[in-house]
Amino acid sequence: MTEAGRSTATAGRSVGEAYNFAYLDEQTKRMIRRCILKAVAVPGYQVPFGSREMPLPYGWGTGGIQVTASIIGPDDTLKVIDQGADDTTNAVSIRRFFARVAGIETTDRTAEATVIQTRHRIPEHPMREDQILVLQVPKPEPMRYLEPRELECRKIHGFSEYGLMHVQLYEDIAKFGEITTTYDYPVMVNRRHLMSPTPIPKFDNPKMHRFPALQLFGAGREKRIYAIPPYTEVKSLDFDDHPFEVQTWDECCALCGAEDSFLDEVITDDEGGKMFVCSDSHYCGERRAAGHVGPMEGEDAPSFARPADQEADGS
Amino acid sequence: MSGTVGGHDLAPGFADPVLGSQSAFRGVLEAMSRPGRVVTLSTLPTAPAPLDPATAALALTLMDFDTPLWLDDAATTDSVTDYLKFHCGCPVTGEPDTARFAIVADAALMPPLDAFDPGNDLYPDQSTTVILQMKSLAEGPRLRLTGPGIERDAIATVDGLPAGFLDQWAANRTLYPLGVDMILTCDEAVLGLPRSIELEG
Amino acid sequence: MYVAVKGGEKAILNSHELLAERRRGDPEVSELGIRQIKEQLTLAVDRVMTEGSIYDPDLAALAIKQARGDLVEAIFLLRAYRTTLARFGATEPIDTARMAVQRRISAAFKDLPGGQVLGPSFDYTHRLLDFDLMQEAETAPEAERAPKPVDDDMPRVADILDSEGLIEIDEPDDEEREVADLTRQPLTFPAERDQRLQNLARGDEGFLLALGYSTQRGYGRNHPFGGEIRMGEVAVELTPEELGFPIEIGEITVTECQMINQFKGNEDTPPQFTRGYGLTFGHCERKAMAMALVDRALRSAELGETPAFPAQDEEFVLYHADNVEASGFVQHLKLPHYVDFQSELQMVRRLREQFEARKRGEAAE
Repeated sequence: MTEAGRSTATAGRSVGEAYNFAYLDEQTKRMIRRCILKAVAVPGYQVPFGSREMPLPYGWGTGGIQVTASIIGPDDTLKVIDQGADDTTNAVSIRRFFARVAGIETTDRTAEATVIQTRHRIPEHPMREDQILVLQVPKPEPMRYLEPRELECRKIHGFSEYGLMHVQLYEDIAKFGEITTTYDYPVMVNRRHLMSPTPIPKFDNPKMHRFPALQLFGAGREKRIYAIPPYTEVKSLDFDDHPFEVQTWDECCALCGAEDSFLDEVITDDEGGKMFVCSDSHYCGERRAAGHVGPMEGEDAPSFARPADQEADGS
Repeated sequence: MSGTVGGHDLAPGFADPVLGSQSAFRGVLEAMSRPGRVVTLSTLPTAPAPLDPATAALALTLMDFDTPLWLDDAATTDSVTDYLKFHCGCPVTGEPDTARFAIVADAALMPPLDAFDPGNDLYPDQSTTVILQMKSLAEGPRLRLTGPGIERDAIATVDGLPAGFLDQWAANRTLYPLGVDMILTCDEAVLGLPRSIELEG
Repeated sequence: MYVAVKGGEKAILNSHELLAERRRGDPEVSELGIRQIKEQLTLAVDRVMTEGSIYDPDLAALAIKQARGDLVEAIFLLRAYRTTLARFGATEPIDTARMAVQRRISAAFKDLPGGQVLGPSFDYTHRLLDFDLMQEAETAPEAERAPKPVDDDMPRVADILDSEGLIEIDEPDDEEREVADLTRQPLTFPAERDQRLQNLARGDEGFLLALGYSTQRGYGRNHPFGGEIRMGEVAVELTPEELGFPIEIGEITVTECQMINQFKGNEDTPPQFTRGYGLTFGHCERKAMAMALVDRALRSAELGETPAFPAQDEEFVLYHADNVEASGFVQHLKLPHYVDFQSELQMVRRLREQFEARKRGEAAE
């Protein structure tokens, strides 16, 4: 085999540690790359892969990290978000990891990134054909709560027998008058495979439909990779008399005034005071830089609400 | 790396194996994600005849001792098998239905698609990927592609598909989500044809 | 408060520094050396090697030091190191019949060829705290050894039963068949025994202990006897392709347990004894025994028994045995989930409004 061993292939600006470019060895990357191509060929189908132990714990983005490590190159610019924000601790940790083992550029600007790794959100800013979105997946199997056995779940997907899920959703309607799933809301991909969109809020589900960028999903602990090619049909499950709806807010973002973004509720005191702010920190910062102003702006804003640009991302 | 094996020169692989395969992978990933789009690979190895540089790049990027490979008679030359053994270490199989990858250098020698492994109901990913070398990916009969990865439709003009290919592909389509995936190559370029795609002449 | 959640890079670096400080403890106390851990916390090293899936006492000792004695964390460190190592080939199967035995006991026979060899064991110690150990001893303890420690011929108990046809025959797999490797391919179901044994060997000792115990208490009883437990050194051999014959590349200490289980037979099989197998690196006796119980429990379907209990449930056991996976996922609940929580907040508020409106309606009627 002719592969660069440890410490030889630190192109880019890596700190030259005794690891291969992007940490993974070439044999592992080849295996993951083969799985990614199969995942792309069967949109929404979960391809088993020989997930490795990463230096970060299972459940903390190891699937996304392995996918990113297998696709990323020295010309890429990486953005990492968690809960929509670039400065959440685990996003910082993953971004540092790649800056260290691959020496690549990182950014918090959605438009500048070529690869975006995310947990629990899809950026508000529309993505382009020349970008790739990598989603971290805790539980890839949408049927798991209804059928814990892997072998049975495989058969369900194999023969497209998703009746159980429809029954489950309809029972919800019968009991509550609506479907009470608010995140990780199951989607049908390419009219064939039922898929977990990952624990994104259902607010983000419609973005997946005919998305211009390639979406890759990595589940490290559960050892599955799946994909949605660009422009693929992605439909959130619903019923004719109960069409799918996303969350809405009465409020707008307190900082930038956005009315179209997913809002986080922030408790401001111990007397029930609260405010709503964009979960996508870059989107919010960009809007404020462009002069948009929310009802609570300027000097009163809490420290986290500084424009994202002022926050060094450590790369 | 290059060397001499069995008395003839061995063509070198990627100048930088790590970054070369990363770059080639992104090329083939784009091709498979956007079927119909002709993607020129930017980093290429020297290929042993009759392999095209793009075919050799795919082999170096995707194949190893875990991926049994089937070669058509045209590709079964000492220089090709030595190259693949040395650089990839992949076992060569004579049975197309046990192969993870197949390289077809001469379309006339390609077995019918159903001779390859379409995967199975529980694991449709365990299917063969066929790499087919074409006369041209720029000029030739017109094909219309629709399906995942394509906004409305994509038009490919390719020359060198085997006779009766559209019927074989239609039969492959009926197996979905099982089925064989294909990567068409010519010189330095690749074009993806995953099983999810509908083809019309 | 909110700022702390979004602490960013600086907070992470500070946390790492605090961690390093805690690891070192009081600087007045001399620093723990890797050799001390390797020589004096040997059973911790053995467990970390076993579940960390790599035989390297030095690295295991390093991991234990770095992890401040948290063995699951140490196992994780070792696994993360191991995962990108180059793979040179597969060794020949080790032959435990040719083990240089330190310890060998059988509960199934009073005496047997080779005899019972207690070796170093906590068994039969009285668990009284030895306050002498509060001080460093002036002289190192030394044990007397028999002039000729053990018989060269020490057949495995299962092989003795085998010669009488009383125990199921262990057919070796076809030599050409590649052995599964969970570090390279994920589990598939139904799992073959090679996958299962590897999974159990890497599995969490506490989890296997509880499952093995549950079979003894009636949740999948399989009438086990401690057929044999042996611990000692075995040679590791590799056959280089260019040589074509095996050469010894080293020696490792392992613990092996063969459980012998009563089996009443079925339509095709006469009454006989069946086997459960456990193997660990180093001296991990509790783990090897628990593993053997669980291995036998997981063979229930193969032996025509109806799997009904947790320890017999292949997917349940194999998917939940790995403490690196389990620890990561349980602890990932520390990561922010506020986007999903926000979604749930909205939903619960709305459902509560509906609930209260309904109550008001009922009260008005």
